[in-house]
Amino acid sequence: MTQTATMAATGPGELPADEFRIAHYTIMPQRHYGRFLAAAAILAILAAIARAFAMGDIEWRYVGMFLTAPAILHGLANTIVLAVFAMVLGIVLGVVFAVMRLSKNPVLRIVAIGYVWLFRAAPALLQLLIWFNLALIFPRIAFPGLFDVRTVDVMTPFVAGLLGLGIQQGAYTSEVVRAGLQSVDQGQYEAAQAIGMTRMRMLRRIVMPQAMRVIVPPVGNEFIGMIKLTSLASVIQYSEMLHAAQTVYYANSRVLELLFVASIWYLGIVSLLSFGQSFVERYFGRGDRGGRR
Amino acid sequence: MTIINAAPLVRAIDIRKTFGDFEALKNVTLDIRRGEVVCVIGPSGSGKSTFLRCINQLEQIDGGAIWVNSELVGYRRDGQKLYHLKDHEIARQRRSIGMVFQRFNLFPHFTALENIVEGPVQVLGEEPGQARERARALLAQVGLADKETAYPSQLSGGQQQRVAIARGLAMRPDLMLFDEPTSALDPELVGDVLQVMRDLARSGMTMIVVTHELAFAREVADRVVFMDRGEIVEVDRPEQLLSTPKHSRTQEFISAVRV
Ligand SMILES: Nc1ncnc2c1ncn2[C@@H]1O[C@H](COP(=O)(O)OP(=O)(O)OP(=O)(O)O)[C@@H](O)[C@H]1O
Ligand SMILES: [Mg+2]
Repeated sequence: MTQTATMAATGPGELPADEFRIAHYTIMPQRHYGRFLAAAAILAILAAIARAFAMGDIEWRYVGMFLTAPAILHGLANTIVLAVFAMVLGIVLGVVFAVMRLSKNPVLRIVAIGYVWLFRAAPALLQLLIWFNLALIFPRIAFPGLFDVRTVDVMTPFVAGLLGLGIQQGAYTSEVVRAGLQSVDQGQYEAAQAIGMTRMRMLRRIVMPQAMRVIVPPVGNEFIGMIKLTSLASVIQYSEMLHAAQTVYYANSRVLELLFVASIWYLGIVSLLSFGQSFVERYFGRGDRGGRR
Repeated sequence: MTIINAAPLVRAIDIRKTFGDFEALKNVTLDIRRGEVVCVIGPSGSGKSTFLRCINQLEQIDGGAIWVNSELVGYRRDGQKLYHLKDHEIARQRRSIGMVFQRFNLFPHFTALENIVEGPVQVLGEEPGQARERARALLAQVGLADKETAYPSQLSGGQQQRVAIARGLAMRPDLMLFDEPTSALDPELVGDVLQVMRDLARSGMTMIVVTHELAFAREVADRVVFMDRGEIVEVDRPEQLLSTPKHSRTQEFISAVRV
């Protein structure tokens, strides 16, 4: 109130009174005491944990030693191979079933709904076990005139792992792809049809590339999930990362050391993938306002 | 005129279209000659867009028949029986018809040039190098020679609409359909788009234009169609229909739009 009064005293165009000339004052930095306290507390906790692990009954040099042991690296390679192939299978199935789900053909639609319903319902571990033990129901797999094989010969741990993980992944991915396809503006479908595109060409050239912007982030997320899901295949004797670590610690009893080795590798792959995902997202975001190639 | 092609380019006979119980088109009959420019006017919801969309099969008609280039649209005839065309046959019929939408609908992941090249290369199977050359010429024709590498998001509405027109023309259509091409534009951008359409009309392109731009209709149209409640109420030369309409519904609409 008193300030208003002072202001009023100075006429239009006049310089304000000295008490308003504070441009030369120093602005004191804000103090975030809460942050310092939180950081200090967390550091203390981390230090305690680190100390506990360092002092605990764990031989850190074994961790270093086995990090690059051939058996472990072999397991690492198998993990990556299974995750990549299962994910590719999942994406292919996901796209196919999402397109079926949005088709005008009611038969295709119902098949797609059934697929998602069935393979999302059963736990991944259970599906792996079923595929691996398929020989118990079907001793032979045959296609008249083409091939006829013993199920145990084809249903190797890798194949069982690939089918189990890939097919259930397809059910999840098809829902993601469906959301992506539905996110594309109706006008895009119409413009593609108006230049005489068939449905398939329209999906491939116009709709899918735009749907990718919606699809890539969750699929990247699921790829990361898949890396870790492959560890389930250790129960069907697929020698992926965890299985390799277990095989080694059964021999030398360095249980925790080897589990840490495996953890470090998982951490490494997942970090790499998260990094790569941002590049893919940028590619499919081209044409966005602001986002230039 | 050396050749007089007697058959109209577009022949719509008694077409009906319903959405559930609602009759969006009732017995719409219209012939359009080759090279003719027809403007369609009428109140909102009168079925103008629906009529255009039936011509290039974005909607399926429920009755009547449409011929484009003397070819029955959407069906194959066998004696007295009609069979629905397959996806790729419908796609083939659409190639000879270009369509320009109110909201442009450019492909956002392609540049202006790529938008134009897409149809000729992917659908017509043209050689990409040649298609690009022609796309550049079309961009120049719509006054956007310097925008070939711009993405739609980097273009103004008027520029986007002109690219959309070029995209339609790249298919070498016999017929161009325009559904309120300037309605989504800021007033100062309307002129450029109308100029491109005016030039196109002068070049002899057959055009059906749904529009609220009565001045444009008066200047460019050979005939104006007035639609109301799913029917064609009146068809006449623009100077007649826009100045001295015969039908009372047309009179009401024209006088309402005038003010
Ligand atoms: N897909 C649809 N489902 C249901 N009703 C529809 C559909 N498309 C159009 N209609 C209805 O059909 C009628 C005609 O619509 P249309 O879009 O052809 O009108 P219009 O003359 O183009 O109007 P405007 O000038 O507002 O664009 C409207 O009453 C509309 O509500
Ligand atoms: Mg309309």
